[in-house]
Amino acid sequence: MTERKLIVSRRKLLRVGALGAGGLMLSGCDSLNRSEGFRSLLEGAEDLHKGFQRLGGEGALAREFAPSDMSPVFRANGNREIADSAYRQMLAGGFADWALKVDGLVEKPLVLPLAALQSLPQRQQITRHDCVEGWSAIGKWQGPQLSRILDMAGLKPQARYIVFHCADRFGSTPYYESIDLIDAFHPQTILAWRMNDALLPERHGAPIRLRVERQLGYKHAKFVMRIEARDSLAGLHGGKGGYWEDSGDYAWHAGI
Amino acid sequence: MSEAVTSDHFKGGDFVRRHRLSTRIWHWINAVAVLVMLMSGLMIFNAHPRLYWGEYGANSDPAWFEIGSNADGQGLVKIGDATIETTGVLGVWTDSEGVVKKRAFPGWATIPSNYSLADARLWHLAFAWVLGLGVVTYLFWSLLNGHLWRDIRMSRAELHPKHVWHDISEHARLRFPTGAAALKYNILQKLAYSGVLLVLLPVVVVTGLAMSPGMDAWMPWITQVFGGRQSARSVHFLCAFGLVAFFLVHIAMVVLAGPINEVRSMITGNYRLPKDREEG
Repeated sequence: MTERKLIVSRRKLLRVGALGAGGLMLSGCDSLNRSEGFRSLLEGAEDLHKGFQRLGGEGALAREFAPSDMSPVFRANGNREIADSAYRQMLAGGFADWALKVDGLVEKPLVLPLAALQSLPQRQQITRHDCVEGWSAIGKWQGPQLSRILDMAGLKPQARYIVFHCADRFGSTPYYESIDLIDAFHPQTILAWRMNDALLPERHGAPIRLRVERQLGYKHAKFVMRIEARDSLAGLHGGKGGYWEDSGDYAWHAGI
Repeated sequence: MSEAVTSDHFKGGDFVRRHRLSTRIWHWINAVAVLVMLMSGLMIFNAHPRLYWGEYGANSDPAWFEIGSNADGQGLVKIGDATIETTGVLGVWTDSEGVVKKRAFPGWATIPSNYSLADARLWHLAFAWVLGLGVVTYLFWSLLNGHLWRDIRMSRAELHPKHVWHDISEHARLRFPTGAAALKYNILQKLAYSGVLLVLLPVVVVTGLAMSPGMDAWMPWITQVFGGRQSARSVHFLCAFGLVAFFLVHIAMVVLAGPINEVRSMITGNYRLPKDREEG
């Protein structure tokens, strides 16, 4: 008798459980998705990814490819042109009047014209660009290593992040990105002014674009105008270290 | 499975201990993880609903699989040269508020239900740890405690086509093993469980890692083994659909075999042996 009761109640329990599980899956995930606490729990995984990848791969080089591996067409994404008249004037003039500013927590702020960047020792690399959306394209990039420019400016000991301020905007919000010093001093981290054996075209971020090869596409800031060394990302725009990080909740460390 | 699998004094109707605690715990953790990974993965796919072979692949490159729509508002799935109309389900569908959406997978199948690549990635990349660590731990544990060897290993006799065909035809007639025979997994169960545990789940985890640019720099062979990042993405998707196929058959079998007894055995470990058909 007691056993039968137990079975009936279990049966009921299972039925309620099954119905509940179905309902929970449909609406529960959306409300969990809106919950601040749950989101911050999920966001905790970003530190796990970064920690795991740095565990054994801190100095690893991204794979480099042969010219025959290159994509026939390299898809341009994000902002492909800039309406700002000052930019358009510089573009028309071949960026002869343009200069990259390097400032913030540096001993010696720099103003580097394009010709100065072009006359520094160059690194050329054929790498795969992986967009957060899922597609990939292989292209050839050339430019000076970021580490060389940072060494020229001399980072102050408090500097922990390198921020890239860009000329492109989404609405009124300027694009920007940031990386830490491990990625900033990585040998494949370059400021590319050449792409696929030609001057970097506007749609890919002329005059220079950051290449930070072990991370997803949105970290590769285009139209870089100014590089700033900082001790913290707080207080800058949305405080999360990048346009998509601020506006779309993308991970700051985009290694996966 | 029962510790007394070899004894044949059990008969239909007897209660036996069926699944080990490790199996029961992992089963439910994995069930949640797989479902979340699938639904958030479908949302991630929606951001670029095309699949390629090789290292690279973007809109101007040929895709072997694509979910999209045409100017007439028809949802279309393209596989190789074949095009299938899927209006209402894939490519073009109506959301819960009656708005027509042009996205690959519909809102009822994705996490979150409204388009958000960022949110889907939050879920997917966090639950990836649950899935990955769960699979690795359970595989390791099942090797140590003999579960794989004792319960999943297939004998030559079992793999004989005649035997496999016999089991298939018995299953097709919905005649499942009863009494003491139900203590052991039959060959179709062994094939399904080993396919999931030893092939689909490990490959889905590894192809997930293969897509990470950070992992590709650290361990490029993971990506190269699959023939490139876009190939790994394709295999990841195919494995996910292998898991969906398993899930559907698995649920159907549980329902047909007696859902209460089956679910109870995966929660409490107590399993009531099915009676012979004559016993009713």
